[in-house]
Amino acid sequence: MSVLLNPQLWAGTLSLATPLALPAIGGTFSERTGVVNIAMEGIMLIGAFFAVSFSYWTGSPWLGLLAAMTAGALIAWVFAWAAIRLASNQVVLGMAVNIFAAGITAFLLNTIFGYNGTPPSTASLATITIPAIKSVPILGWFFYQQSVLVYLMLVLVVVSHWFLFHTRLGLRMRAVGENPLAADTLGLNVWRLRYTGVIIGGVLSALGGAYLSIGILNSFDVNMTNGRGYIALAAMIFGKWTPFGSFGAALLFGFASSLSNSLQGNAIPTDLIAMLPYVLTVLALTGIIGRSVAPAADGIPYKLDR
Amino acid sequence: MGDFLAVTELTKAFPGVLANDHINLTLRQGEVHAILGENGAGKSTLMKLIYGLYEPDSGEILLEGKPVHFNSPRDAIHAGIGMVHQHFMLIPALTVADNVVLGDEPGRIRYHRKQAEEKVRRLSAQYKLTVDPAAKVGDLSVGLQQRVEILKAFYRKAKLLILDEPTALLTPQETEELFVIIRHLRDEGVPILFISHKLDEVRAVANRVTVMRAGKTVATLSVAETTSQQLANLMVGRDVVLRIEKEAQKLGPVLLDIQNVEVHDKEKHPRVRGVSFQVHAGEIFGLAGIDGNGQFELVDAIAGLVNVSGGSVRFDGKDITHLSPGARTETGIAYVPQDRQVEGLVLNFDLVENLILRDYRRRPFSRNGWLSRQAAVKFAEDLIRRFDIRPPDALRKAADLSGGNQQKVILAREVARDPKLLIVAQPTRGLDVGAIEGVHRQLLHLRDQGKAILLVSLELDEMMSLSDRIGVIHNGVLQDIVDAKTVTREKIGLLMTGSREDGTARISSLDLQEVRKP
Repeated sequence: MSVLLNPQLWAGTLSLATPLALPAIGGTFSERTGVVNIAMEGIMLIGAFFAVSFSYWTGSPWLGLLAAMTAGALIAWVFAWAAIRLASNQVVLGMAVNIFAAGITAFLLNTIFGYNGTPPSTASLATITIPAIKSVPILGWFFYQQSVLVYLMLVLVVVSHWFLFHTRLGLRMRAVGENPLAADTLGLNVWRLRYTGVIIGGVLSALGGAYLSIGILNSFDVNMTNGRGYIALAAMIFGKWTPFGSFGAALLFGFASSLSNSLQGNAIPTDLIAMLPYVLTVLALTGIIGRSVAPAADGIPYKLDR
Repeated sequence: MGDFLAVTELTKAFPGVLANDHINLTLRQGEVHAILGENGAGKSTLMKLIYGLYEPDSGEILLEGKPVHFNSPRDAIHAGIGMVHQHFMLIPALTVADNVVLGDEPGRIRYHRKQAEEKVRRLSAQYKLTVDPAAKVGDLSVGLQQRVEILKAFYRKAKLLILDEPTALLTPQETEELFVIIRHLRDEGVPILFISHKLDEVRAVANRVTVMRAGKTVATLSVAETTSQQLANLMVGRDVVLRIEKEAQKLGPVLLDIQNVEVHDKEKHPRVRGVSFQVHAGEIFGLAGIDGNGQFELVDAIAGLVNVSGGSVRFDGKDITHLSPGARTETGIAYVPQDRQVEGLVLNFDLVENLILRDYRRRPFSRNGWLSRQAAVKFAEDLIRRFDIRPPDALRKAADLSGGNQQKVILAREVARDPKLLIVAQPTRGLDVGAIEGVHRQLLHLRDQGKAILLVSLELDEMMSLSDRIGVIHNGVLQDIVDAKTVTREKIGLLMTGSREDGTARISSLDLQEVRKP
């Protein structure tokens, strides 16, 4: 019980949820337009690497963030081109991106920064403690010394929801993910809408990666995402392909990780707690807890015969 | 003038078929104009030409007197043509309003959902198309979904409405409601093209009718001045049937005996209603009917692919109503399914694998769980020789074969098991004349060997020349069983449309129940 009253547990929950929520919402954008995206892991790695590199070279973590977003958009664009234009298998493509990203970031790290890795002088993003919230019980625990990216993430959750469900473009993107043929006959540009979804997804995933490298730390390590892209995938599914759902699932998974950190050395094996996200996702997919249904045309390339 | 839409000498050819051959058609302001024809008569092609999905080879389309040229459905929509496809173009996960306004939503960046719902509400009041704009389309009945499609057309300012087989998926009550809507729209001055192969519906709702047969427009008549008999004759045609020489029949005992069989589809709608008949050894029993009247559901049920919801199926003296398809195969039933590429073959497998698909578990093809490729190849090569499958290469993929040879592979596989009953669905669909003749000869040969054959085909000529007896099914009800030697095409045509010579339709007890429901 005393574990639950530990402020660090709750700060850790929000902090650990951030690099899951961002790519999960990114994946939501991609899959809502009908492109299965399992490349979050790889795009996060790329984002993490470029964030640190540019933060070091320019001295500004904000330019590092911008570089991460640009790199994420670029690799997502290549992925989208192969998935949409060439109608390749999206799962295989996603795996290819992940393997490529793991290799290229390890190679670049070694080539550019050498054996010792990224320099310890690299600037990281600022942390903020909002004084008004600080003294509020529980809420104050959550927001104690969080990175600006955490606050940005919270804003993005709301904006993404508004965008997907309350704008014309959002409606069109969702339509294309459900029935591209119907959308096409009504004059919508299926391909362009899908590109948009995938690239937004890439930018958000890269932000998730940047949080790891210049949000929590100020360095890059080989394979530092350590499977978070896949947990984000699970969070997206558990969250029923919605921004709020993805965020909720990310919080839950973040709590599980934070709890297993706090319980280290305790009687409960932490590995069991770390399994929780995956167990919950399987239960959601099989319909045991609140059935999760993918967009109808998710993963099916749309071919134009004109 | 007065013609809202005029189609003159429109022609469209596909490789090997002249789908539309100098079609002429006029649609007047304020009329419902039916296009009547059998499957494959060219109705769909004509609609796709008008809607911009195909480009005509020659001929002209005039809209309000001006020639138009559509490169895509978008152009057609823009010009004021609204089309309700047989298979709806809707997004079940979105609401009615979302579906209607998609592509032309109110608002600039923000989507004004309330405004969209208001617009849809106003449209549905104007056209008497009652439907809740905030409802999710996936939760609506088929009839209501169709209204959403019609609303979509009017939201885009359609001046003319094309309904492609609009009653195909509707219940009888929904069909009646649709007719009320159609009449109302007509009175509002909206010209409507109504595509159908159902005589009674054409008579119920159309002012004029254009009959199509084999890609040509045969006649345009005023519905009030014509009879069902006349329309049926025009639709089916009176071309001489090329009779195939048949040996005298050696009728054996009853092999298949189905009694009061009922089959429901996934939505629990009845598709087959209380059908009973028997098939003897040594006869070809044809099941005739217009597509979608339950014949394919019935043979799937006999083969065990779908469950019957009532009645019994007996084969060779045993009750097989609840046996699995595999167990039915063991009792001596073979099945040549309708879609040879999807249900009949594994296209990516070679001929050897395809030919042992039914028997791979058995010796000599399988020993203690290990496949014997050697035995299978030998078996396949033998069948390829006997059935003259070309090219004679057992290691070729099924996908590489022509349609006719693919059908030979399936027939070879099924016949090689020496079945007592062969169920054959659409055996010659899409085959060329030579291949058709081969399949026909094979089927007659099996009949003369004393096999029972249950044949389902949409080709009336094929049905009449092969079958010994023909059962005609309409709307899931067996209308009559007739002798193929003496029956006329006209009589079968009438039975297929649900009319009988005395002008009455045979209604099942189910129909009566539906009528009685409040």
